[in-house]
Amino acid sequence: MLVFDLALKSLRNRAFSTSLTVGSIALSVALLIGVENVRVGMRESFSNTISQTDLIVGAKGGTIQLLLYSVFGMGSPTNNLTWDTYREWAEHPAVEWTIPYGLGDSHRGFRVIGTNEDFYRHYRYRGGQAIALAEGRPGSGVFDVTLGADVASELGYGLGDEVAVTHGIGEVGFLNHDQMPFTVVGILDKTFTPVDRAVYVTLEGIEAIHFGWEDGAPPMPGEEQTREAVLAMGEIEITQVTSFFVGATNRRDVLRLQREVNDYEGEPMMAVIPGLALNEMWQGIGYAETGLRVVTIFVVLVGLLGMLVSLYTSLNERRREMAILRAVGAGPNRIVSLLVLESVCLAAAGAIGGLALVYVLLSAGQPIVEAQVGLFIPIRPPGSIELLFLGAVVTAGFLMGFVPALKAYRTALHDGLAVRV
Amino acid sequence: MSLAIDIRRLRFRYGGGPWVLDIPELTLERGERAFLFGPSGSGKTTLLGVLAGVLEANEGEVTVLGEDLASLSSAQRDAFRAQHIGYVFQMFNLIPYLSVLDNIALPARMDPARRARLDGAGVKETAALLADHLQIGDLLKKPVTELSVGQQQRVAACRALIGAPELIVADEPTSSLDFDRREAFLELLFQECERAGATLVFVSHDRTLEGMFSRRISLPDVNKAVL
Repeated sequence: MLVFDLALKSLRNRAFSTSLTVGSIALSVALLIGVENVRVGMRESFSNTISQTDLIVGAKGGTIQLLLYSVFGMGSPTNNLTWDTYREWAEHPAVEWTIPYGLGDSHRGFRVIGTNEDFYRHYRYRGGQAIALAEGRPGSGVFDVTLGADVASELGYGLGDEVAVTHGIGEVGFLNHDQMPFTVVGILDKTFTPVDRAVYVTLEGIEAIHFGWEDGAPPMPGEEQTREAVLAMGEIEITQVTSFFVGATNRRDVLRLQREVNDYEGEPMMAVIPGLALNEMWQGIGYAETGLRVVTIFVVLVGLLGMLVSLYTSLNERRREMAILRAVGAGPNRIVSLLVLESVCLAAAGAIGGLALVYVLLSAGQPIVEAQVGLFIPIRPPGSIELLFLGAVVTAGFLMGFVPALKAYRTALHDGLAVRV
Repeated sequence: MSLAIDIRRLRFRYGGGPWVLDIPELTLERGERAFLFGPSGSGKTTLLGVLAGVLEANEGEVTVLGEDLASLSSAQRDAFRAQHIGYVFQMFNLIPYLSVLDNIALPARMDPARRARLDGAGVKETAALLADHLQIGDLLKKPVTELSVGQQQRVAACRALIGAPELIVADEPTSSLDFDRREAFLELLFQECERAGATLVFVSHDRTLEGMFSRRISLPDVNKAVL
């Protein structure tokens, strides 16, 4: 108890170097735990985005690419599939349901997804939750649009507002489909997935805005279609989809179904199992993650070494103090425990400060990360990983404390009651 | 058992260096006020280290307050020192991050036996009483860095005296004080040693004070290691 009191008072006496040391340990610990939190949060956020979908089918290409543009709104789709092909697979006996996606357009940086009522009926996320509407109704007309929760809140849209769609995917498109504005009819509940950051229109709507764009270029001046003209056309024929999600009638058929899709001769296409594709992606990222973790561990070690240096260099000016402690009856082992305890206190304060810093940064950064990257990093009470890290930091502080402690021990034995140079 | 210090054929050196102490015999009665003098390098501080059990004699017997130090382990010697010896340094006596009160109370907190000898009074009360006796009662709450050298030495004396150790060892505690203050400090120290019934070993190279002591020991005369 006396030694603990001495350690605290001694650290407080050197408040400046103590706070610098604690601060640097806290920063390094925050980095370590923060990276871990983001990593776990990212994985969770990704795997929570889609649930109960057995296969994602799209044009042949990279499996991860298909997953990214279909589910996570990242990257660009390459090719489309024809509507007839889609219908053929949708009616396959092993297929229970499908959700078609028509991609490639955007609205002020948010992806526009052309789909149909199957999306509202079958899409599932985070353990089987269904899409729900916060207000309005699902879009069903050609120029109806339903907004993800973030789109509505960030752009300040409400029911009845008009929305123009930009050709291509990007923050600022220069080719606008502004002859044909859409009307907001519904706003989705927040899901904390990329669904919140997408704009949902009908497949017919996607077709309509591309009338005259068949060659990929905007229509010549004077040839643009208008909203009124399109509405007057009546039934619009859907010609293509970008990808579609598949729910199998029986889970045991999924692998066979996947093989069938991959071997389809009508056009080049492929099917991926979301969980497997995600795993493949994590494996690719895994090396980078390991590297990052090693770096952060080294940063923590550097922080602890800073503590070691600060304690070690303070020893010389503390020789008098040690001699006094010896004179009043402190054995060398008390000197050792004093210094080890100081080291442990610094490491523990740094570890706790770092943990607190992580929560401060997470709560401040959560909305920013969600807005910029579309990832929702959940804030949870510290789990076993965090406690393991904190324990490791305190243990490292304890072990490192023996370096100055043993030096002080030797000096104390050598000095006795006089300080010898 | 009436001897406070009984040294026989003591020899001591640091590591493999030359002999620093070679004392065939040196004894001190309990309750004596001894003035131990000698020039720098005559082994004064080393002798005090041996008496306090911080340094271990290479040869011979050192019996302090009836306890043969050679028979004790180093941990036992630390405990013995905590319990029976009060130590005052020449200067820089105080732990800078403790208050005056905490500095005085330190030995009592370090050692239960020393605490037990406070006669039932609390550590704080005893420290305050001692501080009053040494005329620094108004300084208890001050940080030690704000004290003058003379005040620091009195705080150190209080710390040495708390819990009534039988032996007070003072290593040139007055050398950083001017003459008038030396005498005043000594008067107070004597008074408190008497009150506690403690033996005092006072080391100095300055012989102007020797008249105040009941016993004078010239270290060069008893220490054969000094040429």
